[in-house]
Amino acid sequence: MTATPTPIAVPVSSGAERQLERGLAKIEHSSGKLKRGTTSRGATIAALVIAVIWTLPTAGLFISSFRPANDIKTTGWWTVFANPGFTLDNYVNALSSGDSLTLGKAFLNSLVITLPAALIPITIASLAAYAFAWIDFKGRNTMFVLVFALQIVPIQMALVPLLRLFSDGLRVGGLYILPGLGVNGLDGSFAKVWIAHTIFALPLAIFMLHNFISEIPAEVIEAARMDGAGHGQVFFRIVLPLSMPAIASFGIFQFLWVWNDLLVATVFTSGQGLPITKALQDL
Amino acid sequence: MSSFFQWLAGIPPLAQIPLILLAFAALVAVVLVFVEFAPRRGTPYTILRLAVCVVVPVVVLLAFGLYNSVIWVAAIAAVLGGGLFLLDYRSKRGAGYSLQLVAFMAPAVFFLIIGLIYPTITTAGQAFMKNDGSGFAGLDNFAWVFTSPDGLTAFGNTLIWVLLAPITATAIGLAYAVFIDKSRGEKFLKLLVFMPMAISFVGASIIFKFFYDIRQGEQIGLLNGILVAFGGQPVDWLGLEPWNTLLLVIVLIWTQAGFAMTVLSAAIKGVPAEQLEAASLDGTNGFQAFRHITVPGIRTTIIVVLTTISIASLKVYDIVSAMTGGRNDTTILAFEMVRQFQLGSRTGYSSALAVILFVLVLPIVIYNARQIQKQREIR
Repeated sequence: MTATPTPIAVPVSSGAERQLERGLAKIEHSSGKLKRGTTSRGATIAALVIAVIWTLPTAGLFISSFRPANDIKTTGWWTVFANPGFTLDNYVNALSSGDSLTLGKAFLNSLVITLPAALIPITIASLAAYAFAWIDFKGRNTMFVLVFALQIVPIQMALVPLLRLFSDGLRVGGLYILPGLGVNGLDGSFAKVWIAHTIFALPLAIFMLHNFISEIPAEVIEAARMDGAGHGQVFFRIVLPLSMPAIASFGIFQFLWVWNDLLVATVFTSGQGLPITKALQDL
Repeated sequence: MSSFFQWLAGIPPLAQIPLILLAFAALVAVVLVFVEFAPRRGTPYTILRLAVCVVVPVVVLLAFGLYNSVIWVAAIAAVLGGGLFLLDYRSKRGAGYSLQLVAFMAPAVFFLIIGLIYPTITTAGQAFMKNDGSGFAGLDNFAWVFTSPDGLTAFGNTLIWVLLAPITATAIGLAYAVFIDKSRGEKFLKLLVFMPMAISFVGASIIFKFFYDIRQGEQIGLLNGILVAFGGQPVDWLGLEPWNTLLLVIVLIWTQAGFAMTVLSAAIKGVPAEQLEAASLDGTNGFQAFRHITVPGIRTTIIVVLTTISIASLKVYDIVSAMTGGRNDTTILAFEMVRQFQLGSRTGYSSALAVILFVLVLPIVIYNARQIQKQREIR
């Protein structure tokens, strides 16, 4: 963000130069102190307390996963420090279970669902966010607020209409406007779940990416426009690289949400295409 | 289109990833190239625009596959495309301006309309119909929400969720982000608090069910374990009205604080070092610098985080479903909605609850809209 000034050789006497250097060192020292943070001892302790509280429940589950099933049911996980007893049986049992859909296969399915379902909505959303931020049009604010408001549409409400749309298509009267996808009963197809995740991700993705994309300095974009770049080039060569950190961090969240999703996947996949969350639930 | 997806379905799952992504990237590339050339002057570009307007809708529809009415729909699409071309051609901002806008927005708008707007309108309509959809019911469904014990509890609890969860999670996330900023092992400390974010709501609920567990004899839940160790009686935490709702809210806070922390930490790093430096030269202490420089600097981000968590807490379903199933007065609107639907498909009640949920989020939306407008004015 901050431009680094290029050092230039100033013709001064060696004494003055030494003085300047000392001053520089002093500034660097003080800013170094600043860099080390404004943290006091109390803050460090508070941070540690939060970290411990936040880790404890997961740690308990993690330790439990290595304990014999009988111990888990009768004693608390913290007693393991007094009388240790560990086993890998839980993991062996979990991995070998599942009749037709093994955990390994379900894991693969999760991957196939998650990668496109994270990348596609982000791309579509960044296109729309760019338009909202940098292309002026009538009703832009109203439309943006509408998109933002769509976040609250509960997924549960949209499931049934979407399912019907995917299998039957859209009809007005007797005329088909859109046909169905025609992938019903195909176990290997992930098209429905990709599209469903894309739809549900869009409002939040557009909102978040708009926040970042609209903060890109207008001068940068105007300069590119002056040099003859159209919106396509500005988007691809300036906005995309500049907002890459934001896109990446949102991408991670989207990846996690899709990976952890159970509801959408159970509705839109079937049989051999189910993800690992469903396999875990069925254990 | 459907034959492409059918062909894709026959391919081994892992190979589907690059194929679908490549196909998608190709589509995006075509859109971007078109956007680049659309607003240029000259006859070839005009012809390009006209061709795209008329041909693309037809090709897209044909790509979906052949069906009975395809010719008619394609013809209508072509006419509409031609209309768009004319509108664009005569536009005040110059030809091609609105076309590039359409190209940028069309994919998102298409998906939002079929996947969210259309279902929302259907739901809103059903909220005023009888439960079996047989006739108009007026405001009866809404009256039910505010008179029945289930509806009232759900409404009250939702208010508790939406008031407590966002503020607490953001406060903890912000405090933690500030405390560990530029400290040693920052990345590791961040990871510890971020981890719950990577666990699904269902997973988090299982973890906390262990945490709140109550048994006859020796306790295996940590909370009761501590209580007993200090000589107390074990408590049935999840049956403890009215506090059990708070215990469920804690699960959401536990998962969302990591989200708040990550986003806010990134924003804190963006606060100009010069300002902090100037403040320290003026003799401020850590808290004053935080209060008067960091917080104003990351204000927009704080609002974004608060908004996101508020909406997440309005929509939360998995936690209530997995931990209590709505028993002991822990139900909330989003959960009650699904339950009413599953209980002999009371679509009227369920839709009314959804509409109330939508109304509850309106203040948040309006506030954010104001903020967006203000930002625009500054620019």
